[in-house]
Amino acid sequence: MKKMTLQVRDLCTSFFTDKGEIKAVNNVSFDVPKRGIIGIVGESGCGKSMTARSVMRLIKYPGRIVSGSITLEGKELTRLTESEMANVRGEEISMIFQEPMTSLNPVMKAGRQVQEVVMLHRKVSKKEARAEVLRMFEKVGISEPEKRYECYPHELSGGLRQRVMIAMAMICRPKLLIADEPTTALDVTVEAQILELMRNLRDEIGTSIMLISHNLGVVAEICDYVHVMYAGRVVEQAETFELFDNPRHPYTIGLMNAVDSLERKQAVLDTIPGTVPNLLGLGEGCSFAPRCGRRTGRCDQMSELIEVVPGHLVRCHCHRQEVR
Amino acid sequence: MSEAKKSTPVNAPVLYDEQNTFRGVSKRLFRENKIAVVSLIVILIFLLGAVFAPWLTEYGYEDIDAINRLGKPSKEHLLGTDELGRDVLTRMLYGSRISLLVGIVPTVISMLAGAALGIIAGYIGGRVDSIIMRLADIMLAFPSMLLAMVIMYTLGDGIINIFLALALVNWASVARIVRSETLKLRETEFVEAARSIGVSPFKIMRRHIMPNCIPSMIVLFTLNIPSAILSESSLSFLGLGIQKPMASWGLMVNTGRQYLYTAPWMSLAPSIAIMLIVLAFNFLGDGLRDVLDPHLKKQ
Amino acid sequence: MATNILKRVGQTVIILIGVALLIFIMLRIIPGNAIVTMMGEHANPEAIVRMTAELGLDQPFYVQFWKYITGVFSGDLGTSYSLNRSVSELIAASFPNTLRLAIAAALFAWTLGIVCGIIAAVRKNGLLDHLFMGVSLLGVSVPVFMVAMVLQYFLAHKLQLFPISSGSAGWIGYVLPAIALGWNSAGSIARLTRSTLLEVLQEDYIDTARAKGYKQLPVIMRHGLRNAVLPVITMMAVQLSSLLSGAVICETIFSINGIGRLAVQAIEGRDIPLLQGTILFSTALVILGNLVADCLYSLLDPRIRKEV
Repeated sequence: MKKMTLQVRDLCTSFFTDKGEIKAVNNVSFDVPKRGIIGIVGESGCGKSMTARSVMRLIKYPGRIVSGSITLEGKELTRLTESEMANVRGEEISMIFQEPMTSLNPVMKAGRQVQEVVMLHRKVSKKEARAEVLRMFEKVGISEPEKRYECYPHELSGGLRQRVMIAMAMICRPKLLIADEPTTALDVTVEAQILELMRNLRDEIGTSIMLISHNLGVVAEICDYVHVMYAGRVVEQAETFELFDNPRHPYTIGLMNAVDSLERKQAVLDTIPGTVPNLLGLGEGCSFAPRCGRRTGRCDQMSELIEVVPGHLVRCHCHRQEVR
Repeated sequence: MSEAKKSTPVNAPVLYDEQNTFRGVSKRLFRENKIAVVSLIVILIFLLGAVFAPWLTEYGYEDIDAINRLGKPSKEHLLGTDELGRDVLTRMLYGSRISLLVGIVPTVISMLAGAALGIIAGYIGGRVDSIIMRLADIMLAFPSMLLAMVIMYTLGDGIINIFLALALVNWASVARIVRSETLKLRETEFVEAARSIGVSPFKIMRRHIMPNCIPSMIVLFTLNIPSAILSESSLSFLGLGIQKPMASWGLMVNTGRQYLYTAPWMSLAPSIAIMLIVLAFNFLGDGLRDVLDPHLKKQ
Repeated sequence: MATNILKRVGQTVIILIGVALLIFIMLRIIPGNAIVTMMGEHANPEAIVRMTAELGLDQPFYVQFWKYITGVFSGDLGTSYSLNRSVSELIAASFPNTLRLAIAAALFAWTLGIVCGIIAAVRKNGLLDHLFMGVSLLGVSVPVFMVAMVLQYFLAHKLQLFPISSGSAGWIGYVLPAIALGWNSAGSIARLTRSTLLEVLQEDYIDTARAKGYKQLPVIMRHGLRNAVLPVITMMAVQLSSLLSGAVICETIFSINGIGRLAVQAIEGRDIPLLQGTILFSTALVILGNLVADCLYSLLDPRIRKEV
């Protein structure tokens, strides 16, 4: 059995609004193997960012983790106090956010913002920290690191800012890197460079990566194992090649058809009818059923995850027979 | 993140939509902000008190109870009497007419003038804009109290002159806010659409821009009334506003100050009245702002 | 940045001239004859003619204004009619008192306001938040004279902790006036600090800072406050205006011989040169305050520093 960096079991995160409980993450379980890259895909609002934030324990009020366990190399994160958790963040788990434009503090020099992380977690002098930042800048492909160190975020391009974010995330050599849509705000050429960079850093530092994306292409490019989320639940999970060759869940199939029709430049795009359901007041049934073409009477009850092939799990009744 | 953001419409454009009808607003106000509703009731009570003053008290506001000068609050005189033996409560009721009028009239004038100038400056732009805005800059540079004092000095005492002075002091900040709203609105699709099919500038300002400024205008209006009331009371306090024997709260505080140590009720009662009404308007304005226009920041 | 500041200074001078012109006009369009108003209706006609000539009121308006404005730039604000002294001298004598009062009030208001604002933001929707915000709205709503009189009545008259009038009492005499004058400002600063801080705390870079491993308080101090402080500084500059103009009432109540009291004296004595001088001086101070705030703003915000 492979060694796991992160194990998430039955994670439930909810927002308690005055209109009722919103189950943003609903019984989600997954593993991130050591040195592995896993992907979590889904439309916006499906709970993938909340899953990531739950692992960081950065859920904003009125949300909180309701139940489940998150273990990082055997350490149970849900039971840590806030201040113990703060020590884990940045040191053992770090995170890159979607918007490199707004994720950096506009009134602080880029280099200083990375230096802070070093100063926070290592007992080093300012000078040593600075030298380390400069080395890291070089490693993440920032040319003229000395000059960029003194730049304010608004003076850097989007790609550079994301590199700064990556430097910030990787400088303490964390066990786990959570990348929440790290390339969504960037253009395609920069996207490829950033993915390449993340892969190289994984090889070099040995960090496991959890990649959140709505972009199947990005996931196919870099991930070993993929989870598809819909309305707060994992609906399908498999190794990347298996998932792309044999998508089973109607939602996954819909997602892939949409991408295919885009690539083939079809006149009429294949889309999934309808939109992501309101997470408020979800019923017992399958939350995808209203949009599903293969809906049957059984869909009034949510299916459990069914293992169709070893390592390939689907949450859909229509695969029940195939198991037998 | 995305889930959390959806529940609060942080980036929704402020447009004059159905939610901002009178019923929609009062409903939301009632649901979300009980203090604002209480404030509204307080304001209504003050207004009723002002209108029905003669029926609410047995004394006239110049009736003198000669044996009972500087009398303590008692059964006959609930809030005591002043240095001439006049009933303080009665004078406060009559005084509220002046104070409320001074709160409302100059604010209406300055809102109308400021809004018109702001929309014109913002929509037409160019030289008109810079002339109006430089003028506004100059007005805003004055400490408002001193400006009001100079205007009162020039025009002389009297209630009409207070109206004028306060309107002159306040139009500039209204113009500035409305102008910036107009600048934003000018770039919206519906205004550009109207312009592209040849609607006249005047009509665009009246039909498309003005209605969209109304929510923030209402909020500004409720927040400017208390500052006008405060300004009047300060002016009267300095002896530059309402003149005796008329009563306004500020003037009553001014007279009462000479007897602060012997008859504190004379100045405290009207002070508290000022505080209450100003507080009520501020709470109401705050509540309205939350409901109507989350973008508008308190100046 | 240097050219930007230079431009702002240029604008400031223009506004200042505009202000002077406006005061000049306002004080000369008094219904009836300004001199009659000044000297009283029963004044000797000869004296009126003499006074008119002395003040240059028989000359065309633009000549009067030119004389005045050139005088202003060389520090000559004319001679007080009622006190028979140079206006500049009178202002120079009273300004330190107003300044002392304003600084004391600002210190009181800004420390109290910012500290309460931060606490309220950190404890959002908590007991302290509701308490501070309730009190601060009360602070915004209370007229200066009311705070002043209540303080005077209880702390100076009843408990005799402080002197009733501050004129000659030294620094302790400034405690009550500073509280009375700063009360309003403290309220609005607290509210602004809270709301901008809460807004800033929603920003993505705050998440980044927390993801780095900062605990809550350091996040607020290092990353939140610096960004939230910009609008607060702007408001401080604006408040300087209200502290200086609100000082009229405060100075009157506590008998402090400052600029505000001078202005009231000028009005009571129907002394146009003195009134003109005090108003112009106060306004210039406010404009200067705004200019300083602008410069500070662009120093603190690197985005503006480089852009313009």
